[in-house]
Amino acid sequence: MYNPFSLNGKTILVTGGSSGIGRATAIECGKLGANVVVTGRNPERLKGVFDELDTSAAQRHQMVVADLATTDGIDCLTAALPNLDGLSSNAGTIVGNKPIRFLNEMDIQSIMQTNTFAHVLLAKLLFKKKLLNKGASCVFTVSIGGTLSHVPGSSIYGMSKAALDSFVKYAAIEFSARGIRCNSVCPGMIDTPLVNSPTLTDEDMAIDAQKYLLKRYGKPEEVARTAAFLLSDASSFITGTSIVVDGGYTVNH
Amino acid sequence: MEIQDFIASIAELFEDTDANDLTADTRFKELAEWSSLIALSIIAMVDEEYDVALKGDDIRKSNTIQDLFNIVKENA
Ligand SMILES: NC(=O)c1ccc[n+]([C@@H]2O[C@H](COP(=O)([O-])OP(=O)(O)OC[C@H]3O[C@@H](n4cnc5c(N)ncnc54)[C@H](OP(=O)(O)O)[C@@H]3O)[C@@H](O)[C@H]2O)c1
Repeated sequence: MYNPFSLNGKTILVTGGSSGIGRATAIECGKLGANVVVTGRNPERLKGVFDELDTSAAQRHQMVVADLATTDGIDCLTAALPNLDGLSSNAGTIVGNKPIRFLNEMDIQSIMQTNTFAHVLLAKLLFKKKLLNKGASCVFTVSIGGTLSHVPGSSIYGMSKAALDSFVKYAAIEFSARGIRCNSVCPGMIDTPLVNSPTLTDEDMAIDAQKYLLKRYGKPEEVARTAAFLLSDASSFITGTSIVVDGGYTVNH
Repeated sequence: MEIQDFIASIAELFEDTDANDLTADTRFKELAEWSSLIALSIIAMVDEEYDVALKGDDIRKSNTIQDLFNIVKENA
């Protein structure tokens, strides 16, 4: 059957696979025929996702528990990996909504470590150890926050995402020597545990959702399908760019 | 825990409002320069100085500085 969007036979690593967008991406990749390696810190949640992965086309999946904010964690993960045709890099965190005058060094370091450095160091090792096959595709989950939208209280989160978005472009250039493509996906607000901030009331969230042309926040599956497209051969001429998945938020602002 | 200190810390977060105009009875969300940034700043200030994690909902249901102070005291 003709299907350029299929991931049949591809092996794809999904970080942040235990929750939200990463979880949805792992499940979507499995349904599209990929062998999936899911990774996250929380073993129970990760096992739950692993058990949900589609096996109807005899896919072989793997799960690896690793804390990507540590060098050890990244080393353990890469040591356990098979060769890959794709990377979906999602691990991410947010520390409250703190105005700049209340920031401390710990907040800055922990966000940068998980949202930026971990992605950079993982990509580096995958490339250096030749774990990414020729023609592989790397997709990094960035955000409209910090790249296209700037709201008070999220400076470090935005900075970590803008830095990652910039890195993706350099990776596209350097990794093209092996035909490896690198792109980012920039979601607007997506209903996941990450956005349940105690600083916002339900009313605040409802008002905010009205700023989206489609009058709602996105679902993790809607980001996952964009990532799946970029991981598939259907996007074989797309590299060094970014796809915004924000229900029309940025065009409206 | 003194309300006067609390009012002084809140006053720090306003740029255009005279600190002397703020009292326990001030309806802080009705001040001209009230914004979402000041709301976030109050939550962060209370966390830093009183080690209490206010929620957005606490700000929503408080009208006066005294209302806010009472919530902080209850949770300290
Ligand atoms: N939700 C949104 O509105 C939105 C919008 C734009 C961008 N994003 C980005 O999308 C990505 C996924 O976010 P989400 O909304 O799906 O959030 P989520 O549900 O909280 O998922 C975050 C994932 O990252 C993993 N993770 C966090 N720190 C880690 C660490 N040190 N090592 C390894 N894994 C770690 C978590 O796994 P464990 O807890 O198991 O470790 C979890 O699987 C993030 O990069 C986020 O910034 C989200």
